[in-house]
Amino acid sequence: MRYDLIRLPLLKPLLRSRWPQLLFQIIALGGFVLAILAGLVGTPVGNHNFSIVFVWIAWWALLMLIAVPLVGRGWCSICPIPVPGEWLQRGAVLKPSGRGPSAGSGRGLSWGRRWPNRLRNIWLQNGAFALVALFSAVVLTQPRVTGIMLAAFLFIAVGTSLIFERRAFCRYLCPVGGFIGLYSQLAPVEVRVKDPALCVAHTPKTCYLGSDDGYGCPWQVFPGRLMKNTYCGMCGECLRTCPYDNVTVNLRPFGADLQHPTGRRLDEAFKAFILLGSVLAYSAVMLGPWGALKSAAYAVGTAAWLGYALTFLSLIFGLLPGLFWIAVRAGQVFARSNTPTRQTFIAFAYALIPLGLAAWIAFSLAFVFANLSYLWPALSDPFGWGWNLFGTTSMAWTPYLTRVIPALQTLALLGGLMWASATVHQIAGEQSPSVGHASGLSQSLPVILFCLLVTLALLGLLVG
Amino acid sequence: MTAKSAERAARLLVIGLVAGLALAVFAGRWVVETRHGASLLHARIAEAGGWTPGDLSATVGKPLHLRLTSDDVMHGFAVGQTDWPAVDVLPGKATDVTLTFDRPGTYTFYCTRWCGLNHWRMRGTIEVRGPVEDRLQTAAELATTTPPSYVTLGLDIDAPHLAAVIPARKPSAARGANLGVTIPAAYLTQDYYRAHSPAKIWQALRVETRHGASLLTDDDVWDLVAFVWQSNTSPEALAEGRALYASNCAACHGETGAGDGVMAAALGQQSHAETGGDTKAPVAFTDATSMLGASPALLQGKIIRGGMGTGMPYWGPIFTEAQTWALVDYLWTFQFETEYAP
Repeated sequence: MRYDLIRLPLLKPLLRSRWPQLLFQIIALGGFVLAILAGLVGTPVGNHNFSIVFVWIAWWALLMLIAVPLVGRGWCSICPIPVPGEWLQRGAVLKPSGRGPSAGSGRGLSWGRRWPNRLRNIWLQNGAFALVALFSAVVLTQPRVTGIMLAAFLFIAVGTSLIFERRAFCRYLCPVGGFIGLYSQLAPVEVRVKDPALCVAHTPKTCYLGSDDGYGCPWQVFPGRLMKNTYCGMCGECLRTCPYDNVTVNLRPFGADLQHPTGRRLDEAFKAFILLGSVLAYSAVMLGPWGALKSAAYAVGTAAWLGYALTFLSLIFGLLPGLFWIAVRAGQVFARSNTPTRQTFIAFAYALIPLGLAAWIAFSLAFVFANLSYLWPALSDPFGWGWNLFGTTSMAWTPYLTRVIPALQTLALLGGLMWASATVHQIAGEQSPSVGHASGLSQSLPVILFCLLVTLALLGLLVG
Repeated sequence: MTAKSAERAARLLVIGLVAGLALAVFAGRWVVETRHGASLLHARIAEAGGWTPGDLSATVGKPLHLRLTSDDVMHGFAVGQTDWPAVDVLPGKATDVTLTFDRPGTYTFYCTRWCGLNHWRMRGTIEVRGPVEDRLQTAAELATTTPPSYVTLGLDIDAPHLAAVIPARKPSAARGANLGVTIPAAYLTQDYYRAHSPAKIWQALRVETRHGASLLTDDDVWDLVAFVWQSNTSPEALAEGRALYASNCAACHGETGAGDGVMAAALGQQSHAETGGDTKAPVAFTDATSMLGASPALLQGKIIRGGMGTGMPYWGPIFTEAQTWALVDYLWTFQFETEYAP
């Protein structure tokens, strides 16, 4: 069940034109530069510094509560981090500087090297996310650290673009990109081709190699074989380069990508554990009542922090996957399934995607609305230098929606549990299509129990 | 629009918005500072650097505009030896103050909020230029021209000064006044009062009253001592002393003077590395043996010089002489009852 959004008046010219996207990218880049500057030279007081308030409250709220659930990788299409590198790589801001099918391969400053085959997965992205997560307590509260981190992202993205072809940074390195990519599978929007057969027959493959109308897919994806949102950056280049208007943007049911049993991978499965473990750890550290844990997370470089880091890494790479493996194995034993455990483990891990997104939404609700009112003074005085650009500098901190947040969190977590359970059941059916309903259920139950325990833990941490 | 001109327009847009934004930030700061002429003064806990910059300069008669902001916790800002009210310095927010000095000299500005263990180290100076003859004398300069009482009296303020006798009950100035005893005028003078500890005054009055008023008990004589103290202060001085005590002393010495303020435990335990010097648990003003053995001059000396090796800050550059005496007067309220309820 799909609805072709390109049919809507104005949407097609808006998506095909390079200008609207460029304008959004420039605005985002302006905000990004301001965030770096504020982080580096503004007040060290986090709740009065634009970098912390804008990035970790406003942007985060926009991303977690709206963009990812509703448009998946929509943010990636205007993300400012890879943009300067991409411009240098292309030697152009707006238009391919050359002509013909090689336009997308890079005519600017880039060496245009291929990303190494052995690294064509998201393990590096997983590692990058875990690395950032280890320092998150200081990153989220200290503007200078946020400024340095954002500048480092920009620097690495530019460097990657100058060495490698296309958006290697977004595809293989960006910690946030991995996060968005995994959960974008749930979004009700997708970029897909209308008729895959037409793509097979179209030998110039302009969608991948580029044309006079646009660049070849920066995300190194062949749209004709696109099955899930994870690696589609929604940049719109394929809409511009397809000579047959065979690429479109569809409205679809939530979580449609989880229906496909193909293309499931261990690196993506681990991404689900990393994200689920991280939200559990963040909830405990940032919202929990354990002062010693909070202090350890902040005391970067100390023995206490090392203990925290080891515990955190053990949780996301060891404990959670280990418990999940036991649940999967138990299900197999109950259902007398002969499917390799590794394959079943990977498949069932995709059920953690809706659970994880619900957990991140519930976690974000906990602090976003409590702190959103810091945005108004920070907009007027982004550096904490005593400016009053919009007359809102003196606006007092006011938590919003405090009475309904716990209910919304509960709703999100229970909804996530139900969605995850339904996905578990669906995957169990895929794993053993020949077994009966009872066997499918017995294979599902231990995994659903795992999801239930995680949900209860999150309810305890977030709602109390 | 051709592809080439579109590309040119896009590049201009990028450069204009992004580079312009960065330039606007710093130009904006420069314009604001130039227009207001305000210097940004950052406050951080002493361990993180204290005041930045720590040294300011001004000219007599010309307003000094300061924009104060805290980079960590709440601080306060005040200038010693002046009667300008203290202002709060809030984290991430700007507070504007304008100071106009009428005398040249070196002024000390300091934090008035208990921001941490080394709070008292949060001090800076304002060098005010102007005619030399009007110059405000610093504590050090004052000490050479008009030495404080503890210097002229030759008191060793680091040595223990303990009372040989203490009262069985809290002495009362009102009871002392109602005893009907005429205290010789010499004992009521300010010079005598400031130079002698209550214990010494008690001993002298005990001798004076032994023959003429043999009915007086030892505690009655202590009531007379309390009366001597009360005669040398005023309700206004006690009120000022109380306010000074509450904002500057209570955090260590305790609200009730029992040496149990919120910082007291830390001062007794902190290492040299944490405080930059040795520290001791704060003195309890409720302890009769030490308080009644100390003269006002001794206490004044401890306040203006600080307690070397104890963690007691020096207040010489902060308090005026009148403020120091008012504070000393107030300290006796922990020992004596008075009708001048502050």
